[in-house]
Amino acid sequence: MKRRRSIGGFLGMSVRQILVISATLLSLFPVYFMTVSAFKTKSEYIGNKWGLPQSLLLSNFNTALAGEKFFLRFANSTILTVGAVALSSILACLAAYAFARMKFPGKRFLFNLILSLMVVPPVVMVVPLFVSMVHWGLVNTYQGTILIYTGLLMPFSIYLMTNFFQTVPHEIVEAARIDGCSNMGVFWRIMMPLSSPAIITMVVVNALWVWNELLIALVFLQDDSKKTLMVGITSFESRYSLDVPAIMAGLTIATLPIVALYLFGQRFFVRGLVSGAAKGD
Amino acid sequence: MAVLLLIFGYPVYRLLVLSFQRQSAGVTLFAKFSNYQTIFSDPVFIQAIQHNLALLICVPIMVVVALLLSIFLFERIRGWQFYRTTLFLPYLLPITVVGLIFSYIFQLSGVLNDFLNLIGLKGLALDWLGSTKLALPTLMFVIVWKEVGFGIVLFLARLMSVEEELFDAAKIDGANWWQLQRHITIPQLSTVIEFFSVISIITMLSWVFNYVFVMTGGGPGNATMVTELYVYLMGFRYNQMNLAAAVSVLLLLVTGVFIFLELYLRGKSEAVEAIT
Repeated sequence: MKRRRSIGGFLGMSVRQILVISATLLSLFPVYFMTVSAFKTKSEYIGNKWGLPQSLLLSNFNTALAGEKFFLRFANSTILTVGAVALSSILACLAAYAFARMKFPGKRFLFNLILSLMVVPPVVMVVPLFVSMVHWGLVNTYQGTILIYTGLLMPFSIYLMTNFFQTVPHEIVEAARIDGCSNMGVFWRIMMPLSSPAIITMVVVNALWVWNELLIALVFLQDDSKKTLMVGITSFESRYSLDVPAIMAGLTIATLPIVALYLFGQRFFVRGLVSGAAKGD
Repeated sequence: MAVLLLIFGYPVYRLLVLSFQRQSAGVTLFAKFSNYQTIFSDPVFIQAIQHNLALLICVPIMVVVALLLSIFLFERIRGWQFYRTTLFLPYLLPITVVGLIFSYIFQLSGVLNDFLNLIGLKGLALDWLGSTKLALPTLMFVIVWKEVGFGIVLFLARLMSVEEELFDAAKIDGANWWQLQRHITIPQLSTVIEFFSVISIITMLSWVFNYVFVMTGGGPGNATMVTELYVYLMGFRYNQMNLAAAVSVLLLLVTGVFIFLELYLRGKSEAVEAIT
């Protein structure tokens, strides 16, 4: 409270407030625009693009859900998200346990390598993976794509979990060892239950990533019955080029799960994304 | 570990092999550097590189905007938690969705131009995505709009962990707002600013595919062609896998440099922490 008055100097409180409010309005506007447009009729949209709709028209949602195999796309996205997140979580926890609690040669080097893989752009991997996946007959399959997503999710997940496992006190593990717990026993009975907040963070961040991913889905699931929601959305534009409200209704439905997840698990998001950077803080 | 090798290690090897090969009448030949020569003589590829470099302008803009907003929020202006939630929201929305919404906002008959006409600024109502001059800057605006939230949350989290005494001591010494930011806030944030800058540079060079694909498809003309889209088009539309592989190798090398830079900076800061 004291700080507020003493550094008021150059930029007054009101100027700051105005800047922050404009930035907030700017970040909300597209979402606002999407939502209000979804409830307008076509002619209403043309006449009144940024105002509130006259009434809450729901037929746009029907149009959006009926076309473009919306439910199929939604289901495909869900299958991929659940599959990749589950597989990567289990593998990452096991690997992280090894990094955090076991000694093996080259550990430091391997860990740094994994850190650097976190920012390798997927586009670099797409060409060779595609050639390999064709060779193995895994193009246009859920398994192949889940495998790729799992690999891409691993570096971040291992990093996050290793950092968390390192904070589990050694005494607890020692006590379990004395009581006759094996390595796997320690892992399943001690580490995993203690790490549930970190695991939720990992799952939430990864789920969001897979749900939003476009390039891999575009390349590896070209078959119409396997396309994901995000890929489907890119063809919305040509399909309903004149029916903007229907497009906006479709976008609203596609965004809803994310906004819900965000509002429900906000602290997990922030913690997870920041932890990649703020090491040792 | 095996999955990692499968998804990262093996492809890199395949990528290198592919980039040195050439298909000729169904036979795979060793092509030395000819793929690389081909792409460097393609004006579209050169344009793509130039556009990626132009996108780097976004990085300082993002750092400054994120810095200012996070400092304001840190000063606990009324409702700062609400602002943090909303300012972070764009970062989480799918680029696909955001890109599509923005392409309707920036259309010639879109919301923005309607608004400009309404307030009597007809002259400013331009074809934001349809003109070769404006498409790239418009794209930049959307990228900054979306990515800056990450910086805000990152900086804010770091600021929260700075000891209050530092700020109090400076204030007792009579530091004004600018001095306080220059001598306390920015030095305290230096490691996260470095981190955010490196990550953003990598983003601009190799993570902008979605924006371009959804909003402009590289057009008008090739005004927003970027290297990633070039890889995608080469590999999956024109079936030139070997050329696409060569571009990927180059992209990997460039990002590799920045990844090592980041690891080096990280290692340095850890060493500093260990000493003090």
